[in-house]
Amino acid sequence: MNTPSTFPLVLGLDTFGDVTSDADGHPLSHAQTIRDIVEQGVLADSVGVDYFGIGEHHTDDFPLSAADVVLGAIAARTQKIRLGSAVTVLSSDDPVRVFQRYSTLDAISGGRAEVILGRGSSVDSFPLFGYNLSDYEELFEEKTNLFAELLKGSPVTWQGRTRAALTNQDVVPHTEHGPFPTWIGVGGSPQSVVRAARYGFSLMLAIIGGSPARFAPFAGLFHEALEHFGRPLLPIGVHSPGHIAGTDEQAQAEFWPRYLEVISHVSKTRGFAVPSKASFDHEIGPEGALYVGSPETVAQKIAANLPALGANRFDLKYAMGGLSQEKLMTNIELYGTQVIPRVRELLG
Amino acid sequence: MASTTQISPARPRIAVLGAGHVGTAFARVAVDAGYDVSIAASGDPERIALIAQILTPGAAPRWAVDAVTASDIVVLAIPLHRFAAFDPSLVRGKIVIDLMNYWAPIDGVQTMFEDPRYGSSEIVQHRLADSTVVKAFNHIGYHELESERREPGSPDRRALGVASDDPAALDTVATLVDRIGYDVIRLDSLRAGRVFEPGGPVFGVLVNYEEFEDAVERRVAA
Ligand SMILES: NC(=O)c1ccc[n+]([C@@H]2O[C@H](COP(=O)([O-])OP(=O)(O)OC[C@H]3O[C@@H](n4cnc5c(N)ncnc54)[C@H](OP(=O)(O)O)[C@@H]3O)[C@@H](O)[C@H]2O)c1
Repeated sequence: MNTPSTFPLVLGLDTFGDVTSDADGHPLSHAQTIRDIVEQGVLADSVGVDYFGIGEHHTDDFPLSAADVVLGAIAARTQKIRLGSAVTVLSSDDPVRVFQRYSTLDAISGGRAEVILGRGSSVDSFPLFGYNLSDYEELFEEKTNLFAELLKGSPVTWQGRTRAALTNQDVVPHTEHGPFPTWIGVGGSPQSVVRAARYGFSLMLAIIGGSPARFAPFAGLFHEALEHFGRPLLPIGVHSPGHIAGTDEQAQAEFWPRYLEVISHVSKTRGFAVPSKASFDHEIGPEGALYVGSPETVAQKIAANLPALGANRFDLKYAMGGLSQEKLMTNIELYGTQVIPRVRELLG
Repeated sequence: MASTTQISPARPRIAVLGAGHVGTAFARVAVDAGYDVSIAASGDPERIALIAQILTPGAAPRWAVDAVTASDIVVLAIPLHRFAAFDPSLVRGKIVIDLMNYWAPIDGVQTMFEDPRYGSSEIVQHRLADSTVVKAFNHIGYHELESERREPGSPDRRALGVASDDPAALDTVATLVDRIGYDVIRLDSLRAGRVFEPGGPVFGVLVNYEEFEDAVERRVAA
């Protein structure tokens, strides 16, 4: 089994770039939100967080459409932290451009770039870039295929239906130390698990609702598929939302109203009925997907779930829209200075 | 619609079409409930062999046509945008559980489903005129289908809606829902089943029997 001893334990942070608020709860501008995220990334590095990832969105509440630019700014001010996407919606992007942007980030950061590819559960990019949602399977499959070719580093010859063909095309910049780590983010699609194994990409399980344990069979499928395709064992990561404050009560009091507002909004666009406080309480408990509480509560939950899922990496998706920059910075600091050492101790 | 649907065995055989998020989750709980289950995607079963072996042990991967031929109930767990190309003759004479959903912001606009006079399962029934469509399992997240199952009588047992124009098919699927681990809210027409659709009061939330009934009644009263 892929345990934290097979691969080093990696504890990271992800943000979708939710618009932050000032201390009085008024939303800040997109520009200020982006500058705040740069500061969050810099702080994450200084408190010992292993990875900082930014998701791709194209909406008024999530104005982070150009994650790689923000990551470049963070790279210039940090030393150790690994930087990447969470996720890049490859289906509606050009694999050549994604490769170029992240190999540029790899250059700026001295080899700290990673990319997590996603099929796109948040669908705002499809109409924006002129793609048809009905084509998402073909788009993702073809573009993953091309991306895997590009990562090999030599001139690429490729042909498909979703993009112009390439003939012996050198794509620059070349990376210094071979391909940067590439993951496929999976929210529950078995085909995507098999696809990750087929291309030799690591598996990032996005567990955003319901019981984390139900993902254990996916780890089994990933391992079986790697073996089937004759590939070596690869890391498995978990991405889940949460919020950390001094105490459980404080973390819940800060997070719940923001969560309710964001989820109500998301629910409306997706046709879901609005979740109740009871379902929230379930999600923050041991059987649920949210990591909300004191450093000890969050550390215990991470340490319990990683081995159960055969995972060696955890990325906490912090920053629910409307939280203030101050609370986010506290969250990051507590994660780096208390949660991470505690998880290492518990799994040590 | 087929006049009468013949189903003999106590536990009818189930063919799940679709081996994605939903199809695999459904196949797993149906096997657990003691049903004979096969699973198919759009092509060669070899392509889903690993998925079936690990995620739905006990459900045999087959070609869609073989799975359907050897079944009494067909579960349509394919993306809605693939339904326009789905061959109705494949499922002639079968009970078809439609767990697909249509929500334009997620699925993109699908012209066939844009008729405001009908719910998505009514439109599916119109197209599958020789099958008996039952709307069920569409309003629970695939990620909750397994963990939220409870024994009959459990205080926290959840309820799922079942809607059909055909009372016998409704009974058959209601029994399936109960055996999987949920209380059943029965609605006697696909038209009434619109209340389970996206944007409705029970879509994507977990409710028990009373909460479900209240939600449906409030909707009907409104
Ligand atoms: N997400 C939820 O929680 C939820 C809950 C209830 C209902 N639903 C509904 O469930 C449906 C399926 O969604 P999903 O997320 O499971 O999709 P998905 O992960 O994309 O999987 C779709 C599956 O359908 C197969 N398929 C496509 N056309 C087919 C055909 N003509 N015959 C047989 N198999 C076919 C695909 O096989 P190939 O790879 O071979 O094409 C694939 O295995 C949707 O309509 C959705 O609205 C979703």
